[in-house]
Amino acid sequence: MKKGILLHEVNDDVGVAVMDLKVGEDIGVVTLEGKAVKQIKLVSNIPLGHKIAMRDLALNKQVIEYGHSIGATVAPIVAGEHVHVHNIKSLRWAASKSKLFEN
Amino acid sequence: MATYKDIPLTGYRRENGRIGIRNHVLILSVDDISNAAVEGVASLIRGTTALPHPYGRLQFGADLELTFNTLIGTGRNPNVAAVVVIGIEPQWTDYIVKGIAETGKPVVGFSIERYGDLKTIEMASRKAKEFVQFATELPRIPVKWEEIWVSTKCGESDTTSGLASNPTVGRVFERLEKNGNTLIFGETTEVTGAEDKIIEQCATKEIAAQFKAAFDNYQELVESQGVSLLGTQPTEGNIRGGLSTIEEKAFGNVEKIGRCTIVSILQPAEAPKGPGLHFMDSSSAAAEMVTLCCAAGAVLHLFTTGQGNIIGNKIEPVIKLSANPLTVETMSEHIDVDITGLLRFDYNLDGAADCTMEMMAHTINGRLTNAETLRHDEFVITKLYRSS
Repeated sequence: MKKGILLHEVNDDVGVAVMDLKVGEDIGVVTLEGKAVKQIKLVSNIPLGHKIAMRDLALNKQVIEYGHSIGATVAPIVAGEHVHVHNIKSLRWAASKSKLFEN
Repeated sequence: MATYKDIPLTGYRRENGRIGIRNHVLILSVDDISNAAVEGVASLIRGTTALPHPYGRLQFGADLELTFNTLIGTGRNPNVAAVVVIGIEPQWTDYIVKGIAETGKPVVGFSIERYGDLKTIEMASRKAKEFVQFATELPRIPVKWEEIWVSTKCGESDTTSGLASNPTVGRVFERLEKNGNTLIFGETTEVTGAEDKIIEQCATKEIAAQFKAAFDNYQELVESQGVSLLGTQPTEGNIRGGLSTIEEKAFGNVEKIGRCTIVSILQPAEAPKGPGLHFMDSSSAAAEMVTLCCAAGAVLHLFTTGQGNIIGNKIEPVIKLSANPLTVETMSEHIDVDITGLLRFDYNLDGAADCTMEMMAHTINGRLTNAETLRHDEFVITKLYRSS
């Protein structure tokens, strides 16, 4: 199995590519402690340093990395998909500045 | 297999019991106009370290206090064996001398008024020569890991910082915390987005409240200039590298403290009063932050970088870590610890921490860091506002 994704915390919603990864590849997911967690089939190309969804994430759901919320989904995301500014947004920025989330 | 634990550590025990890993004889300017005399002494006497800087005249209030605390703290740092202080007039010069003298180390002050540069340089040089001969006779003695005060900061960060180099420092800090080391981190504005994690790791509610007050205060300062940090982070470069939100960038930054407990909130340049991890309210500019850590008494700095920050410090050796393969290859003369292997699955986080602590042990024992060999002698006083 090709290892290519690091997880900060075992239960994180997203992992990080440690090399450029291609759509359709089955990639091993490993924690920083070196523990193999699972294998995931990529549905997008993922550049080095970018994030991959570890599971399906519904719309408006908080995204967990480092064991903490790094923002929320603005589109539904499927496992193995590229996670970035096109489908997640900061909650800090939204809460303090954007009218988008004000009700 | 031999590890960092098998390397015996040596250092210099100072009069107040603190351990230094360098043995500088400092020639310290009180003010900008005394720099020429300071450089004059350092060029005459072998084995001295000149510390000129651009401030120290007509400052007032908290700004003056911070400059004084930075100068005194740097003189007090255990990496310094003895200090010659030179200022234009006797009153402020004596204040700096007295602050350093509390440690018990040899220190003497000279003021230039009524003597001129040349006579001052002669008198100060005779004393500097005496101090160098005192310092060069001091032996390195066996020391323990827990006697080494360590600080950390990151700079020119990218996704490899949050992914590998910052967690590596975090693991080192967890081990040192368990040992009973005194540890310092800071960068008040850079934790924006992850301040709740800092709050969670504070030992008590009182400490958390002090952190929050320092954090809010810095945010107000930034906003009073019509700027929003939230609107500028992450940068375009960060986004290209894969960072999506300010929270994500901040969580990557605070990986440097691992799961350590924050036991106090320090003012800029304030010395910790006990072991454990301390948060210092500080700028995130590399040279300013390391200068403040040095003034607080840290003797060794761990600096993580993604794209390749090249900072050093004259008194506190700076060890640089990077996990970015391109940076390690193109800027190899700056990177002391290459942890790209963590991203190739050559070793895990503990393996990366082992590599780092091995380099720390060699550096403690006298090996010059890359920044030291390249003369990265940054000494930058944090200026709070303009002088009168």
